Amino acid sequence: MKVFRFFLIIFLFFSSSAIKAEEIDQRNKITKNLRCLVCQGQSVYDSDSEFANSLKILVDKKLAEGLSEDQIYSYFKSKYGEWILYDPELNKNTYFLWLLPLLIFLIGGAIIYRNFIVKK
Amino acid sequence: MNNKKLPFLLILIFGFTFIIFYKSLEDSSIYTPDTNLEKEIPVFNAKNFFSKENINSSNIFKLDKIYLLNIWSSWCVPCRQEHPLLMNLNLHNKVNIIGMNYKDDLKNANNFLKELGNPYNEIFLDLDGTIAIEWGAYGVPESFLIHNNKIIKKYIGPLNDKLIDEIKLLVK
Repeated sequence: MKVFRFFLIIFLFFSSSAIKAEEIDQRNKITKNLRCLVCQGQSVYDSDSEFANSLKILVDKKLAEGLSEDQIYSYFKSKYGEWILYDPELNKNTYFLWLLPLLIFLIGGAIIYRNFIVKK
Repeated sequence: MNNKKLPFLLILIFGFTFIIFYKSLEDSSIYTPDTNLEKEIPVFNAKNFFSKENINSSNIFKLDKIYLLNIWSSWCVPCRQEHPLLMNLNLHNKVNIIGMNYKDDLKNANNFLKELGNPYNEIFLDLDGTIAIEWGAYGVPESFLIHNNKIIKKYIGPLNDKLIDEIKLLVK
């Protein structure tokens, strides 16, 4: 029984630290996708400014409240506008940005197909 | 690809690139936040600066009154320049000035108020800077003009004589 208890304690210890690590991973992932608005070319994750540090605390708080990643993004978007997100959303201002690579890929594919495959 | 199409294609690509670069020359690359917004003020709990009691934002901001929320700190140099203007604005009775003490040492903050005077009707604490983010603030100093629980205007950076005049005009 003692051995069992011993293993149980070890199991609980490691599982709790694994949960903690997961939380930190998620925090880092979110803060890497948030732009530090008072810095130049840094994400919140990279920055140590007052603004970024407060944002990190708030991300932790929101995660503890059980909010999902997307909910946290939309929360910050409602406060600071879309500029705070590094990943631009698909809308009328950005559709060109999103579709251009796909378009180039298709055109390139068409050229290759015509010149190399059809000629054979 | 045959040789007839190539010059045409080149001109097309150059033209396309030219238009994109020309267009983006006109755009300002400096990000300017929106300062004219009709946004609801956030709801939050904070500690009172003097009594240390918990207060809810709904007890601070009432309808039908005009408030100026000023984020300040004793370590912030522009706040020191801005402070006499707030003292002056306080004499003009139409605006209730509310202070948000941002990430400050309480002793220093008290000395700051003793030295320069206290223009604030109420001060609450924001020790970790999270309440400032609820407001969508960038740092200190920053001021929000509030009427009917809506942010009418946001002033990023220190206020100056011109902006104080603008506030007085808006309040009328």
